[in-house]
Amino acid sequence: MSRSMFTGLAATAIALALGMSPAAAQISDNRIKIGVLTDMSGPFRDLAGPNSTAATRMAVQDFGNKLGNVQIEVVQADHQNRADVGATIAREWFDRDGVDVIIDVANSAVALAVSQIARERNKVLLATGPATDALTGAQTCSPNTVHYVYDTWALANGTARAVVESGGKSWFIITADYAFGHSLEAAAMRVVRETGGDVRGTVRVPLNTPDFSSFLLQAQSSRAQIVGLANAGADTINSVKQAAEFGLGRRGQKLASLLVFLSDIHSLGLQTAQGLQFTEAFYWDLNDSTRAWSRRFGEQASPRGTMPSMVHAGNYSVVTQYLNAVQATGTDGGLAVVNKMKEAPYNDPLFGNGQIRADGRRVHDMYLFEAKAPNESRGPWDYYKLVRTIPGEQAFRPLSHPDNCAATRG
Amino acid sequence: MLDLEAALTQGTLGLINGAFYAMLSLGLAVIFGLLNIVNFAHGALYMLGAFVAWGLLTFLGLGYFPALILAPLIVGAIGILLERTVLKPLYKLDHLYGLLATFGVALILEGVLRNEFGVSGMPYAVPPDLRGVVDLGYMFLPRYRGWVVLVSLLVCLGTWYMIEKTRLGAYLRAATENPALVQAFGINVPVMITLTYGFGVALAGLSGVLAAPIYSVNPNMGSSLIIVVFAVVVIGGMGSILGSIITGFALGFIEGMTKVVYPEASTTVVFIIMAIVLLIKPAGLFGRA
Amino acid sequence: MAAPISAPASAQAGLPLPTTGMPRHQVIALAVMVLFFALAPFAGLYSVFLMKVMCFALFACAFNLLLGYVGLLSFGHAAYFGFSSYLAAHAAKAWGFTPELAILFAVAGSALIGLAFGALAIRRQGIYFAMITLALAQMVFFFCLQAPFTGGENGIQSVPRPPLFGFIPMQGDLQVYWLVFALFIGGFLLVYRIVHSPFGQVLKAIRENEPRAISLGYRVDHYKLIAFVLSAALAGLAGAAKAFVVQLASLTDVAWQMSGEVVLMTLVGGMGTMFGPVVGAFTIITMQTYLAEFGAWVTVIQGGIFLLCVLAFRRGIVGEVARLTRKSF
Repeated sequence: MSRSMFTGLAATAIALALGMSPAAAQISDNRIKIGVLTDMSGPFRDLAGPNSTAATRMAVQDFGNKLGNVQIEVVQADHQNRADVGATIAREWFDRDGVDVIIDVANSAVALAVSQIARERNKVLLATGPATDALTGAQTCSPNTVHYVYDTWALANGTARAVVESGGKSWFIITADYAFGHSLEAAAMRVVRETGGDVRGTVRVPLNTPDFSSFLLQAQSSRAQIVGLANAGADTINSVKQAAEFGLGRRGQKLASLLVFLSDIHSLGLQTAQGLQFTEAFYWDLNDSTRAWSRRFGEQASPRGTMPSMVHAGNYSVVTQYLNAVQATGTDGGLAVVNKMKEAPYNDPLFGNGQIRADGRRVHDMYLFEAKAPNESRGPWDYYKLVRTIPGEQAFRPLSHPDNCAATRG
Repeated sequence: MLDLEAALTQGTLGLINGAFYAMLSLGLAVIFGLLNIVNFAHGALYMLGAFVAWGLLTFLGLGYFPALILAPLIVGAIGILLERTVLKPLYKLDHLYGLLATFGVALILEGVLRNEFGVSGMPYAVPPDLRGVVDLGYMFLPRYRGWVVLVSLLVCLGTWYMIEKTRLGAYLRAATENPALVQAFGINVPVMITLTYGFGVALAGLSGVLAAPIYSVNPNMGSSLIIVVFAVVVIGGMGSILGSIITGFALGFIEGMTKVVYPEASTTVVFIIMAIVLLIKPAGLFGRA
Repeated sequence: MAAPISAPASAQAGLPLPTTGMPRHQVIALAVMVLFFALAPFAGLYSVFLMKVMCFALFACAFNLLLGYVGLLSFGHAAYFGFSSYLAAHAAKAWGFTPELAILFAVAGSALIGLAFGALAIRRQGIYFAMITLALAQMVFFFCLQAPFTGGENGIQSVPRPPLFGFIPMQGDLQVYWLVFALFIGGFLLVYRIVHSPFGQVLKAIRENEPRAISLGYRVDHYKLIAFVLSAALAGLAGAAKAFVVQLASLTDVAWQMSGEVVLMTLVGGMGTMFGPVVGAFTIITMQTYLAEFGAWVTVIQGGIFLLCVLAFRRGIVGEVARLTRKSF
């Protein structure tokens, strides 16, 4: 999609908005306030952080900063990766500052807390940042929460299935010894076994361990074909870097990372990252519309020219859908808007066709990517090649799964 | 699970980590021994060393080996600046104040770098001359890791020799016991103290450069390490040079073994040892009570 | 060599001997504080924010009891605060305890850990005391990370607020507010009482000159241990209250950074002063909450304040006020 088409969309949006003035009476204090609650200082800063606010603002700008005569405002805050700080900010935003919707929330613990708070107050959480599939879990799901981009289930499922099906039958998994690591590990082990592979061993590593050599050698001596990394951020970077150093690849072992973002690959450099396989929901260079939007994003991002992570893209896309739903229903009441968002499939320029299910999970295609070798890359940020597309219905945890949201289990 | 070969392998890897602990805790011990400052900024300065190496490569095209010399000098110079401005007024006060002031410095350094460079880290490759592996019989050791141990051993022993066996070291030790008397002999004690702090943090900077090719170069890399290194210094005996070196290597080794037997506890084992040591030998293994 | 910790404002400003009542300026300060927290939620300050301030203020008061009045720097106080928060959250969520029972249970738990850790730690002094408390606290952290009931880094989420004593509803934030208010003021007065009792006088004597206290026939270790347990229990009270305020218990409250934060609060406010920890907690929590939109600059600003405090205002805010007015607060 080209830039002019976006402007066109925005113009249509405004035109539509102008026609809905009677409904505007149902919008609290006559403004829509979007709170970007994200990690500005910790491990998720680069995959979300300040650029999440930039992506959110882009969506708001496309609506001309208003719906009819209702102003749209964006505020931001750093949850500092502390659930109590995030929860306090969320409460105050909802209770006093008139925030209608909280977005991003890269950090699972904070997201789970905010999800409950939004539910109690009939507000909305658009979770694009957190990984945990507990947001749509049996007891922890909420009708006011949309979990947009990815989750641990989809990532582990996507990568493990694709890798086993292309011959990587035996696995050794290095897991971050934290709830999200455990859930990645559990999901991957299940898939590997279901698809006829076997897990030779796992090792649980404390978070922020700088040195992985010991665990990599344990993986090596297991003689598994695939070394799965159920960790994130600096832990992933350190393990990939050291796997290259210890020459895992030379002895025929392959690395499969269960949670990798574009910013991680950027940091590793292709020399080190090449050959790494992983699942993501978005890549800037997928098609014309992702390229067009990403270029626009790059102009507003800091540092300039940064390409968006899937979380950034998710923020733009989900805010657009949210504002469309507010417009259509003429209210900013949490449940009403989220139900509207769930009503029909939406063909998103960035994430393709997909629908938000009853449990709040948006289902869309996921992609298995491989990091390019340095000589395959044609320029800055040209990092991924697409290995295969994982259809949405295979990628995510089914509605009927016993671990899935009990209230909406089909 | 723990057969001899695996034990040897993990022990070797542990010693490599121990090399980092030894060098960092050595710097801390030198600073504590001679300045009475608990230098909480040590982790941040280690991180700064890695960032300087990255900066030298990215902006000036200077590779690993020049960085190995230049980065510690730059970090040392920053340390001297810190000592002159922040630490000087604190010598007569309780340890607590030095600790808090340097903690503040660490927060500032890390915060600024986070704003500037984000947290994902900077790429820094192993220098071409040190790539590849050596066959030790029981394992393949990356040559770079061997190099790290070698440099660390040389630096640690060199420092120990300088402080315990040379005339300069004798002055330094005398100055900690009785600064007024040493001053009376015509030795400029304040300058000596400043240079000592510079040297201590230069060691941190050097460790940072050594770490850059194998660990993620990011603003948080020091903060997760500092508390462990502290434990090492305390176990060895605050201010004991030889104690910090030996404890550094030994703890790396023990941590390595824990990674095989009970990996979840590998970051906690250091604290368990610290508690036990402090209860049995209050001044640390090599400290004087 | 280093001067002993201490040098708090009260010592220099001429410590009032234990008298029957509170000096007038302290009564006024106390009244101002009570009125402030009683009226602030109606004057536009956000109640959840104020509750957090009170929880941390109580935490800092508990910590200050040890640092300011016994001269012991504990670098592991997060263990009592955070673990108690887990205990209260778990008791309320899994066992359906009413708030007062959950809080009692949690305080008892943290007092017990305090007793065990204190007995080990008080045998050492100075930096070694700090390090041993840190080491023990790291073990608590490890336990909280590994134990299944804590939910790992996701923590214990959506802690219920059952009716107090089984019949006073606790659903609204304001209802919880009065509970926290009562706990905070009660805890504060308890600390005041401890510090100004004959027991507290002995503690200060130990701080000023331990050998002399010993030679006067005091069993210094007993005094230290009792102070340690009281401090741990009060920190636990603060942590348990916080679990009901934010309705979650998480790993950040047991991490060593939290132990550092309470040192910061006490230092900024003024250690060894009664009101210092309260002012310090208010300052730091305000910064964390209202500077949140500045993102990563928060840590830089915090670092700057640390430096400023250490270099220029070593007595802390309240300590400086005490110096200027020549009164102890």
